Amino acid sequence: MIARLRTNWIILKTSVEERLVYRGDFVFATLIRFLPIVTQIFLWGAIYGIHTSAPLKSIKGYSYQEMVAYYLLVMVGRAFSSMPGLANGIANDVRDGTIKKYLVQPIDMLGYLFWARVAHKLVYYLVAIGPFILVFYLCRDYFAGWPDAFTITAWILSLIMAFLVGFLIESLIGLIAFWFLEVSSLIFIYMMLNYFLSGHMIPLDLFPEPLSQWMQMLPFKYLAYFPGTVILGKYSHQELIFELSIEVVWVIVLFSLNRIAFQQGTRRYSAFGG
Amino acid sequence: MNAIVAKNLEKTYKVYQKKEGVFASLKGLWKRDYKTVHAVSDVSFSIEQGEIVAFLGPNGAGKTTTLKLLSGLIFPSAGEATVLGHVPWKRENEYRRRFSLVMGQKNQLWWDLPAQESFRLHKEIYRIDPQQYTRRIDELTSLLEVRHLIGQPVRELSLGERMRMELIAALLHKPDVLLLDEPTIGLDVVSQRRVQEFLKYYQVKQKTTVVLTSHYMKDVEALCKRAIIINQGSIKHDGPLSDILDKFSNYKIMDVQFDGDDMPPDFSQWGEVIEKEAPHVKLKVPRNKIPEILSSLLSKYRILDVGVQERPLEEVISEVFTEQKNDMAQSHDRKSMLKSTTD
Repeated sequence: MIARLRTNWIILKTSVEERLVYRGDFVFATLIRFLPIVTQIFLWGAIYGIHTSAPLKSIKGYSYQEMVAYYLLVMVGRAFSSMPGLANGIANDVRDGTIKKYLVQPIDMLGYLFWARVAHKLVYYLVAIGPFILVFYLCRDYFAGWPDAFTITAWILSLIMAFLVGFLIESLIGLIAFWFLEVSSLIFIYMMLNYFLSGHMIPLDLFPEPLSQWMQMLPFKYLAYFPGTVILGKYSHQELIFELSIEVVWVIVLFSLNRIAFQQGTRRYSAFGG
Repeated sequence: MNAIVAKNLEKTYKVYQKKEGVFASLKGLWKRDYKTVHAVSDVSFSIEQGEIVAFLGPNGAGKTTTLKLLSGLIFPSAGEATVLGHVPWKRENEYRRRFSLVMGQKNQLWWDLPAQESFRLHKEIYRIDPQQYTRRIDELTSLLEVRHLIGQPVRELSLGERMRMELIAALLHKPDVLLLDEPTIGLDVVSQRRVQEFLKYYQVKQKTTVVLTSHYMKDVEALCKRAIIINQGSIKHDGPLSDILDKFSNYKIMDVQFDGDDMPPDFSQWGEVIEKEAPHVKLKVPRNKIPEILSSLLSKYRILDVGVQERPLEEVISEVFTEQKNDMAQSHDRKSMLKSTTD
């Protein structure tokens, strides 16, 4: 057990070091992520008509301020849930045979990738925390004030689980490469679906019924919509406990699916690529 | 004590047959023809602990497939095998801590980091004792002459240096069985020899069981006493390297030095001329006729010196493969033709 923790710690450390090799590229990519928020502020300003004589008070329960705050919070949620390159990385490893490394060594591939991803995220937060604080400070007027401690705790839990759900969905898609070697178009489709199913595009309650309700039953909302709306006070404490419990169930389900896919996939695997 | 036992191992693949042309490709979208390819069929052998054995065979003969089976990367279609008492494809951690697989240049090293970072990770993955780890690193890096390079990012190393680092990574945990697939592929002669010398020294010292595949007969001659020849998925020969010559080569090379110009104008009655530069001649002669030829030459000409040598192993083996390939082509056996396209 302790040996295992040590191994994971070394994987984490090594991944952090690897991540820091290309610092220039990394800092640049981190900063560029803040650009879209500017567009959102202007876009929703125009939709609500804030500069007109009769601005809209709310759209489906979202005021203009809440709407901008939503996008800011979604940005935080996605900082946890987005997994650039994970599915593609797994698929490439399967296709070009790098996966052999994980099969021959006494190591669990998914565990390894998980800790490497935690490392990537940690390094990312290290670089991004400054800009995040700055942006939230500049945009402080869009927030109604601090929510209660219970809600903040739920929010932090929702972020951690957003990471887990994001990781598990993407790795599952990557593992499909065991059956279909080429998954890049599948990943593209997933990204498009994810864009609106997760609430990254617009809050899910803006979609018409019953579509909105269906979307809320899928795990994708935990990637952006749920962590985005917790702080906005859209849930009672009871509802928060309920939602988080459902999310835990999703994590367990996705985890099991990953394990099954990995087990079946490696059975099927015939070591492509010489 | 046997380290590796394989019994009637068999591996068949299903391969999608892509036809030429756009129309055929479109048709392939909903209807595909699959062919069954026998990568390995009925392969049995056993290897003793501490033995070093070479798998020889042309591309696609089934060497790599056999190594993949032994390392547990793939499941066999039939047959069984145990390595160190474990069934490889169960992929138990106890087994995975006791062997190593080095496959060409497929690297287990982190590209952007110095090799020592990868080594440190291996130390954790294989749970190597810290003191032993330091000792091993010292020993291996100095034997392979790369000690000064372990702090340099792997991407900046030359191919030969990288291969040596790969070997260190594979040997850090002191595996009992070492599977090497083309360990010197793409290396220059100097690096090749260094890797050979190292493997030889290391194997003798550690009594590691080594199975290696190689196209370079030099590797094999330098390292192995025993060879298993695989072609078209099955074993054609299993025994001492020297037996290969007896078994497959009907000829020897005879080097004759005549006295001055006293030399026959035509050698066709004795053998095939390989090289002729008066007063020297090199003949390829049937191995059972050497005394006859010698006495016939001696009775007619004045000879200063004679030498008889075996033909280079490489030549003999490639001849064996070509002959088998020709036989195969003649029989128009499409199924076995496909064997050589896998791997």
